[in-house]
Amino acid sequence: MSGLIVLSVPSHPKYLYVIRSTLYPLVLDAGFGKKEASKIILAVDEACSNIIKYAYEGDHAKTITLTVTVDAGRIAIQLKDAGKQVDVSTIAPRKLDEVRPGGLGTHFMGTVFDTVEYDTTQGTGTVLTLVKEKK
Amino acid sequence: MKVEISSEKVEAGFLMRLKGDVDMNTSPDVRGGLSDVFKQGGSGFKALFIDMSQVRYMDSSGIATLIEAMQTCMKQGVRLRLVDLSPPVRDVFELARLAAVFEIFPSFSEAATKL
Repeated sequence: MSGLIVLSVPSHPKYLYVIRSTLYPLVLDAGFGKKEASKIILAVDEACSNIIKYAYEGDHAKTITLTVTVDAGRIAIQLKDAGKQVDVSTIAPRKLDEVRPGGLGTHFMGTVFDTVEYDTTQGTGTVLTLVKEKK
Repeated sequence: MKVEISSEKVEAGFLMRLKGDVDMNTSPDVRGGLSDVFKQGGSGFKALFIDMSQVRYMDSSGIATLIEAMQTCMKQGVRLRLVDLSPPVRDVFELARLAAVFEIFPSFSEAATKL
């Protein structure tokens, strides 16, 4: 079993549910359970929210392109934007004992996915690759 | 996707109910609903209960909204109590290790009687 799905959505938060509802059955197809699938969806949603907030700086007229590769027991999601490039050295999850709003998205991505890789060598924008293998 | 927000006056304060998805798109609406409750209640109420049994999805912006509500409650001497967390909310609380940060009750009746 192997599949490749490409999804382009506007960089508006109102379309985040489209990403969630498209990805959920694909994650189940890859063999993950419902609880794990929910966490994977959450982490992808956080990555998209970060693109809207930081790469596109709230500009809702841009595009986020997701390329999803589904295999048995493995899902890889590549998120591509054409916004402000991420300074990879500044990306770090916040300490969870600091109870304050914000900063959890990076923690969720790092906790849920086996691989979290930022590629800024494209000239413009960032490609974020998220990979999860079923244990 | 929208979130439906309702609130009602109860003996100890206010009971807010959330239904739907609480994400980056709808968290501002939840903030607005909370702000209305704080305006309506002033400093004259003991507790704010938020029923989360119908929350289908919550992301970190929803958590940030709850943390802001908790901070406002602490400043005003109001108890914030979360009621009947749906499984998706429980999952995100687990990931963020927030279960010990909030007062969480399985039902409104238990939350209201243990004040």
